Parts: sequence; structure tokens; C-alpha cells
Amino acid sequence: MDLNFTAEEQSFREDVRRFLRAKLPAEISRKVLGGKRLEKDDFVRWQQILHAQGWGAVGWPTAFGGTGWNAVQQHIFDEECSDAGAPLQLPFGLKMVAPVIMAFGNPAQQQRFLPRIIDGSDWWCQGYSEPGSGSDLASLKMRAVRVNSPEGDHYVVNGQKTWNTLGQYADWIFCLVRTSTEGRQQEGISFLLIDMKTPGITVRPIIMLDGEHEINEVWFEDVRVPVQNLIGEENKGWTYAKFLLGHERTGIAGVGRSKRELKKLKEIARKETANGRPLIEDQRFRDRIAQVELELMALEITNLRVISAEGEKKLAPGPEASILKIKGSEIQQMLTELQMQALGHYALPWIEEALDAAWTGDALMEAYADHAAPLSGRYFNFRKTTIYGGSNEIQKNIISQMILGL
Amino acid sequence: MDFNYTEEQLALQDTLRRFIARDYAFEHRRALAKSADGFDRQAWKTFADFGILALPFPEEFGGISEHGGNAVDTMLVMEMLGRGLALEPYVPTVVLCGGLIRDAGSSAQKEALLPAIAGGELMLALAHFEPGARYELDHVATTATAKGSGWQLDGAKAVVLGAPSADKLIVSARDGKEISLFLIDAKAPGVTLRAYPTQDGARAADIKLANVTVGADALIGTAGGALPIVERALDYANAALCAEAVGIMSALNEVTLEYLKTRKQFGVPIGKFQALQHRMADMVIATEQARSMATLAAVRVDSRDAAERSRSVAATKAYVTQSARLVGQQAVQLHGGMGVVDELNVAHYFKRLTMIGLTFGDADYHLGKFSDSLLAA
Repeated sequence: MDLNFTAEEQSFREDVRRFLRAKLPAEISRKVLGGKRLEKDDFVRWQQILHAQGWGAVGWPTAFGGTGWNAVQQHIFDEECSDAGAPLQLPFGLKMVAPVIMAFGNPAQQQRFLPRIIDGSDWWCQGYSEPGSGSDLASLKMRAVRVNSPEGDHYVVNGQKTWNTLGQYADWIFCLVRTSTEGRQQEGISFLLIDMKTPGITVRPIIMLDGEHEINEVWFEDVRVPVQNLIGEENKGWTYAKFLLGHERTGIAGVGRSKRELKKLKEIARKETANGRPLIEDQRFRDRIAQVELELMALEITNLRVISAEGEKKLAPGPEASILKIKGSEIQQMLTELQMQALGHYALPWIEEALDAAWTGDALMEAYADHAAPLSGRYFNFRKTTIYGGSNEIQKNIISQMILGL
Repeated sequence: MDFNYTEEQLALQDTLRRFIARDYAFEHRRALAKSADGFDRQAWKTFADFGILALPFPEEFGGISEHGGNAVDTMLVMEMLGRGLALEPYVPTVVLCGGLIRDAGSSAQKEALLPAIAGGELMLALAHFEPGARYELDHVATTATAKGSGWQLDGAKAVVLGAPSADKLIVSARDGKEISLFLIDAKAPGVTLRAYPTQDGARAADIKLANVTVGADALIGTAGGALPIVERALDYANAALCAEAVGIMSALNEVTLEYLKTRKQFGVPIGKFQALQHRMADMVIATEQARSMATLAAVRVDSRDAAERSRSVAATKAYVTQSARLVGQQAVQLHGGMGVVDELNVAHYFKRLTMIGLTFGDADYHLGKFSDSLLAA
């Protein structure tokens, strides 16, 4: 038993740090660390920089241009990127559709799509949830009807997807569609890749409680999708979807980002004052910080245990992903709540332009601009983390029913 | 012991309930939150007609009953305003500043201000807390320097609720060692407002005071006597905010229960799942407990015993804020994605509950205050 990183791992960490110091644009990290709004270009630019270094897809096998790093290396990379204020590499292309294409796509699909994901050319989004199918995803209704035609066989897709993250920027969407209504509902689902420029697709914004446009409804009306865009076999999409949900375990806990936010919480608690002393000297508040730190310490080790085990043998999707998702999301929420609470009355103002990178406050609001502006909005926004990606209630069902056999 | 409202109180409650249902629908409220004023001036006139702007004042100063309404009347009003997520600055103008002038103002000040508040012609805001002060009442760096027969005020005030619409401000300032209160014109030379919306759609401002001169008649209460006055006024305000929170929690439980009964997944209403049933039961328990505490605060805040009054309000604010956190967070969670969108009232109730918890002392501050009072007992 040894909880220390090896000398090789330490030296790897130094390499990552050197790279981040040299290549992470300051104007991007300032936005991330300051809680400012990121633009599409920030995400794309960072992906291009990583790709140029050969680090565009740290979790992919080398055959597809990945780094081939083991799980511990990936963890170190995630931790250093988070700490330095690198934008999150959005998971929809790299971590969601790409593994499905690698495992179940044909060589033509792999050659067509994977290089454009890793170099940042294509922005992918997810088409899973529907208004009537959230936790009960297998009940989804969006229809895809196969039509044989001289111009090329295709599917005609009709229906609606929702809770689509950042689809307003997307070039492609991967969708679960209903291709059969026979038998069990899980057996009539197919996995389709759809070009967002196809006629008949409409993206409508859903404004979230913090006032931001992060999610959308996507409507499909007689959208023609070539059969070449079907992944694997028709009516086997549920298997691929489950593979996708169970596949991604490194990063699901968000340990790196939570460590960064914990550090930020402590900084805020040193700047804010209570009774003329730094807030961090207030024992009641400091105990709250200490409590969330305990949670995070435990999660970090749990996360390392899971990914180390994964490195030794390929684990079937098990309770680990659910544990990491539940604890990771709860910790993220605790951190946003304490950051907000640290502000006292300054948790109240809502200055819309404060999320713009250019806004640095005005004469009366300098202190607010320094760190307070984004925090309440983030607290509200982060309520999503226990809802999305399989709500925490669903995760507990997985543990209690599938793992414990209750 | 009697937990019943009087006939008059029930009639007022009914009037407000109908007003909120008919004239203050959620879509109207959403549009108001985005408007320039951030509230409905017509509704303010209606409040004057209902008599709720005069509620805490005695008859001789524009009130509707001989000695003025009590804090239980205010509780009833706040519960209804909470259900409607009313944006009008009722707490700043009527409860906080109106109450402060009623309790500490001179006869001339009461005559000049209270009837005008009651009639809906005058709005006020209390500019007491300062940047860096957190919730500490005696952390006042704004200065009052004697000048002629009056004073000159200089300093900065933080997150003054209702300031953008206020005609007058009640400002605390330090004259040497002691803190005093002054009534100033919101547009007086030297007063600079940085107005903004708050997270819950209300309006507030940071305020800078530079060479603001006021006459001798601007002093409220005695020179150096501000703290007990401010503490009492804030106790009234916190009791009112707790009642507002209870109104919101009740409304939130109703919409969440309805959602559990109508939203179907896996072929059944999600309310059939025991994990969610227990969650809903916890929300109802928390709300009933919070209602009990809000009632306690409403009765005790009128107490002549300042220690008893403050201790009860601190206990209530700590407890209600904890309940509101549970109900707000779980109402969002049980609504799933629908809980985090702008277009449903759920998120707006949640945001208002969260902000109530951070206004005039958070749960930790009030728990600490109550906890400290155990040493004195």
C-alpha cells in the first residue's frame, strides 16, 4: 500500500505543468478562474492547442491519436489542467460519442469522425433526453423511419430532444432514436449521428435559472439522415448507450475542479471579513470548509482506487461510476454554496454584464467584481449536477437494484 | 393559547390571496422583474387601498387601527406576498423603515413620514450595512461630522434593498465613538447610487456618500443611540422575511406535490416512488416546523423585552433558513431539469428563498447569536 505518486508520475506532473505554463492562453485561464462566461472559441482554441501537443484526447488509445496514458496519468493531467484554469474539455465528442464510434462504428465512420473530434473541427452535442423521457430514457419516442431511395437509403427523423447542452454551437448531434415499437422498448432504439446543418432541425434556447443560455430543445421535422450515419446495428442503440454511460469514469468525480474550487473558497474566506477579522477565522464557517474538505479527501482516494483498479483489469460498469457521480456532484454543490455564503450581503447583486470578460467592475462595485460576481449564479446553476447524467436518485437505484440486488 | 386568526385577519388574508391569484400571476411577475422599476407601482397603490402599507402604524399617523397592527398581521401579509413572489419593496419601506420611525422617530418625523408611507406616496430604504461588515450591526465606518447645527455624512453603504426606488434613506453614521441615524433625501447632493437587480429580481444599490450635509432635524432618535433602534427594526424585518419564506415554502410544496402526481416515468407518476415520497414528506415537515417558528417570532418580536425579542427572532431566522434550504433545494431536485429553468416558478421560489437566507444575517449568524444567548441564561 502506497498513497504516494511514483517518481515517474511526479515527473509526468512536472511535464504537464510546464506545458500549461507555456501554452495555456492567459486570457482563457483568467476567464475560467474568474468565473467569466466562456465563448465557443475558447473551447475550440484550447482543443487545438492540446491537439498540437499530441494531447487532444488523453483517454483515447494511440491507434486513434490518443495519448495512451494510463488512468493515473489522466488523473494527474485533469488535476493540473483544472488547477491552471484550463477550460473543461467538453465530453460530448471526446468522451461520449468517440468511444462508441471506436467500439461499434465501422472503419469509414472512424476515419470520418474521430480526427475531426480530436483536432477541434467538429463540435458535438447529445440527443438523449426527451420531454417525456428523462430518467426513463428507454421510453424515448423520436422516430427514425428507414426509406430506400435511388438517391441513397436514409432515415426520416421526426421528434424532439431536450436538455441539450451547448447545441447552439454544434456541428453534429448523436441521437437515440426509435426504429421499432415491437418488443421491449429497449430493443427498438438505434444510435444515429446527425449533421446539425440538415434541413428540418431547429434549435430553441432554454434559459436556465441563472439567466444563461446553456441548454436547448432540438426539434426534428422530416430530417433525412443517410443510413451511413447509423452506428452498429439497427435496434441495438440501447446497448451502445449503456456502454457510453458506463464507459467514462475518470473525470466523472470532478476531483480536479473541486480541488480548485476548494482552494478558491479558502481564498474568498480570507478576503471576506466578519467582525473585522478574515472570515476563515470564524470557526463556524471554517468548520464548514473543513467538512467539505473531508468529503473531497475521501473522494479523491476513492477515485484513485477506482481508476487504479481499472488500469489493472477492465471493469464492467459497476457501482463505482455511480458512487463517483453522486459524491462528486454533491461536493461541487457544497463548494458553490459555501462560496456564495461567504459573500454575505454581496451574494445578492445580479449584474448581468459581470460575466463578460471585459467587465472589471466600476467605482462602487470593485470589491464585488474582484471575486463575488459569478458565485450566486454558479450556486443556482450547479443544482443541475445532481440532476443531469442520470439523476442521483437514478444512481442510487443502480447501486441498490443492480449492484446490491435489492 | 390561541392559534386562530381574527375575522379581520382572515378577511385581509383572503383579499391578498385573491389579489395575488388574479393580478400577480407568475408571467406578470416575470415581466416586472425585467422592467425598469422592477416592481408594479399600480400594485403599490392597491396595497395602500388594502391598508397594508399602513398596517404597523397607529391611527394618529395614518394607521387603520388605534394602536396599529401587530407583527402577526405582518406575518399574514408576508406569507401572501411570498406566495406571489411580490417584488414591491414592502419590507424596506413599511416593515424596516416604517417600523423604525414608528418606534424611534420624533412626533414631527412620524407626522411627516408615516401617513405618506401609508398612502403609498413615500418609499424608504435603510442604508446601514457596509462593505466588509458582513452582518455585524456595529461595523459602521461612515462618518457624521458636526457642521453648523447639522452634520456632514461621508462613507459607503452596501446592498441597500429598495434604494433605487426610495425617496428617502435612513443612514447610519459614526460621530466619534457613537452611531446615529439620519434621514436624508435619496437625491441629495453627494449621494451616488449604483443600482442593480438582485438574484431574486428585486432591486438594491450600493451607495456612496460624499459631503452630504443634513440639518439638525435629520437625526432619528438620540445622537449615538442608533444600535438598539436598528437591531429592533431588523428583528421586525427578519420576522417578516421568515413569514415570507413560509409562504414560499407552502407554495413550493404545492407545485412539487402536483408535479409528483402528474409527471410520469416508467409508466407511473413519479410520486409512486418511495424515495421521492419520503423526500416530499420531509419538505412538508420542514415547512410546518418553520411555520411554527415564524409564528413564535411574530408573537415575540412585539415583546418589550429586547433580549427575549432578539433571541426569538435569531432562533427563528436560523431555523427557517435551514428549512427553506431543504425545501428549495429538494423542490428543484424533484422537478429534475424543469427545476433549473427560468420559465417555471420553481426556480424563482428557490432563488428568493436562498436570498432571504442571506439577507440581514444567514443561518450561521443567527444560530451563533442564539447560541451566545445560552451563555447569558
